Amino acid sequence: MSLEVGVAAAMFVGVIAYAVLGGADFGSGFFDLTAGDSRRGAELRTLVDHSIGPVWEANHVWLIYVLVIWWTGFPESFAAAMSTLVLPLLLALLGIVLRGASFAFRKYSATLGQARLFGVVFAVSSILTPFFLGTVAGAIASGRVPLDGAGDRWSSWLNPTSLFGGVIAVGTCAFLAGVFLTADADRSHRQRLTEDLRTRTLVVGLATGAVVFAALVPILEDAPVLGEGLTGRAAPLVVLSAVAGCATLLLLVRRRFRAARWTAVTAVASVVSGWGVAQYPWLLVDEVTIVDAAGASATLWGLVVAVGLAVVVVVPPLAYLLRLTQTEEWTRH
Amino acid sequence: MLSPALVDTVQSLVATAAEPAGLMPARQQMALSLGWHIILACFGVAFPAIIFVMHLRGIRREDPVALELARRWAKVSAVLFAIGAVSGTVLSFEMGLLWPGLMGTYGDVLGLPFAFEGLAFFVEAIFLGIYLYGWGRMPARRHVLMVLPMAVTGIIGAYCVVAVNAWMNVPRGFRLVDGEVTDVQPWTVLFNQHAFLQFAHMWVGAYMVVGFSIAGVYAVGMLRGRRDRHHRLGFIVPFVFASVAALTQPFVGHVLGFGLDERQPAKLAAFELAETTESPSPLRLGGVIVDGEVRGAIDIPVLGSLIAMNSPTAPVPGLDTIPEDEQPPVNLTHLAFQTMIGIGTLLAAGVAWFWFQRRRGRDLLERRWFLRAAAAAGPLAAIALESGWIATEVGRQPWIVHGVMRTPEAVGDHTSALWWLLGISTVIYAAMTAGAVVVLRSMARRWRAGESDLPSPYAPPVEEVRQ
Repeated sequence: MSLEVGVAAAMFVGVIAYAVLGGADFGSGFFDLTAGDSRRGAELRTLVDHSIGPVWEANHVWLIYVLVIWWTGFPESFAAAMSTLVLPLLLALLGIVLRGASFAFRKYSATLGQARLFGVVFAVSSILTPFFLGTVAGAIASGRVPLDGAGDRWSSWLNPTSLFGGVIAVGTCAFLAGVFLTADADRSHRQRLTEDLRTRTLVVGLATGAVVFAALVPILEDAPVLGEGLTGRAAPLVVLSAVAGCATLLLLVRRRFRAARWTAVTAVASVVSGWGVAQYPWLLVDEVTIVDAAGASATLWGLVVAVGLAVVVVVPPLAYLLRLTQTEEWTRH
Repeated sequence: MLSPALVDTVQSLVATAAEPAGLMPARQQMALSLGWHIILACFGVAFPAIIFVMHLRGIRREDPVALELARRWAKVSAVLFAIGAVSGTVLSFEMGLLWPGLMGTYGDVLGLPFAFEGLAFFVEAIFLGIYLYGWGRMPARRHVLMVLPMAVTGIIGAYCVVAVNAWMNVPRGFRLVDGEVTDVQPWTVLFNQHAFLQFAHMWVGAYMVVGFSIAGVYAVGMLRGRRDRHHRLGFIVPFVFASVAALTQPFVGHVLGFGLDERQPAKLAAFELAETTESPSPLRLGGVIVDGEVRGAIDIPVLGSLIAMNSPTAPVPGLDTIPEDEQPPVNLTHLAFQTMIGIGTLLAAGVAWFWFQRRRGRDLLERRWFLRAAAAAGPLAAIALESGWIATEVGRQPWIVHGVMRTPEAVGDHTSALWWLLGISTVIYAAMTAGAVVVLRSMARRWRAGESDLPSPYAPPVEEVRQ
């Protein structure tokens, strides 16, 4: 593996981690929004607070990690994507800002009225953000981001691949969140809540699966390079994702919630990896390859050092935090 | 024949005409989002250390008042860090959205410090989660140690970000050959003396903003008659941090200024409002330049040379030595710079007076005028910090990378529609500010009423449910 591809792979690990960890946080907004009125929904909303409260900021940093490696390692392509995709990126950014701020504000609200206001902002922005990020991924994967940054500011992200990308992103986030929330509710022995979440996660899972299935044909037509990769080199990952997704549904049906978390993560991680493998060696599809887009090699080596440091410095405490949040002690309110 | 004046006029007209429509809104957008974030970034840098000291004191001395203060501050930091994290993300996006010319050309030169900043922020966010949710769920001695990584990584992160800004002022670590960037040395950008000095100035400034702000909250409480140990302790610990910082800052700032006449002569001339090169140069308090003449300034002879040049005679190079198209907006730079210096001097003198009186056995906390001043010190320190950033950033114009890339070359291909973004952003930032104020005040109110845990009110009150 060349230096350039190595750095791109490290960046893509960040994309996968953000999709899985950040995705689960965003997805909880869907359940929060649909939890019902304040009397019925209070228990679920408290669970959402408790599940994502300790981790959302750390999970959010994966996005920063990806952006920083992108502009440092592959500066011209970063500038190009930022110029062409300015609208969906601004909308995603708006969602990120509103989600984070209103989540923190809601937790310490003094009155139900305040909590409701911040809660709605939190939940809606949690759903919109992954949609716009999904359209960005679709724009890159379907070759609509020219290297000179002068791509069409509307059709680059309002097209079949982008729109399906956005909807699939929202669906997978909600599915992941549902699986994790169900497991959390089960661990804190809230039977009614667990059952409720289980049913809704199954519905979300089936709906997302149906959308993915329906999206295949238009995406294969609209984004030929991606399509060729998905049905060729990346096919095993697509199959793995489908199998893991079905296994998750099955485990939910059989109330094996702890195990379902792992299959759900596998399903999302492998479909995102599938996208990366499918569009390799392009960084911006049909425009520039990873090797051609790379910046100075001294800087790429610097990034390798940074990523190596991250493995040593970030991963152990992150694992510690994630393990703490999944223990009985931390589940107590 | 073309007279020089006519050439100048034509050139400046051409320059205005060539200025991209998106330049001004992009600059204002960056100023708004950076100016807002920088206050919260200060809390990210300085608050963990202050919380650590308070929490440690609570555990070591088994002091329930200190423990309760640390616990409340942790909750406050949860709110502040959340909006700090998202407003920092705005900046990451804006680097690319607003300044693709900078990032596309120099991304691989200036990027590495950002990568390490990302790592630092990662570790900080992880330990924030562990610390906030660890209350009562971890052994106390291990729990308090979870703040330490936050205190350290906050400092590392600030260093990395400031290193990038230092590079924009004093670019290095690359060569330009026929317009192409070559020979990139990213580590030189990360580690150099100028980056270290500029960081030190910002770091100390962060402790001033946070220390004075927190202490000010308790000064207000004492003004309202709440003179218990809770308020005295809540005042004094952050005030000690702020005092050390305020007394150090004049020296740090002065050292940072060494050699500015060679690094960025236009910026120095603007700082000093030096229209012409005078020997020795006066220190020019206040004043503006109108039509090429200094108006309304109070000149103190020789002092300008002494402070800026460390010499009784060496002149501050005047604006007359600098081509007109390389001059920054002089008046704004000058007034912002002197606002920073003025407030900084005032704060340093104030804390010196407090500790001097305390040594003589007089407690100024008994004096209402002092408490009022202490309450104002937080906002004043924030104004000084903002002024300092305005001075250095506006003073660097028209360059985004000094002497190498002009700001209009860096800005994206936006139309004047970008003003809409600024309008919307202003509304959102105002709303976020209002939200934070409402929530933080309600937290304080409930704490005063004796609540401790602050459970979230997601369900209607119990009586209502029964009906």
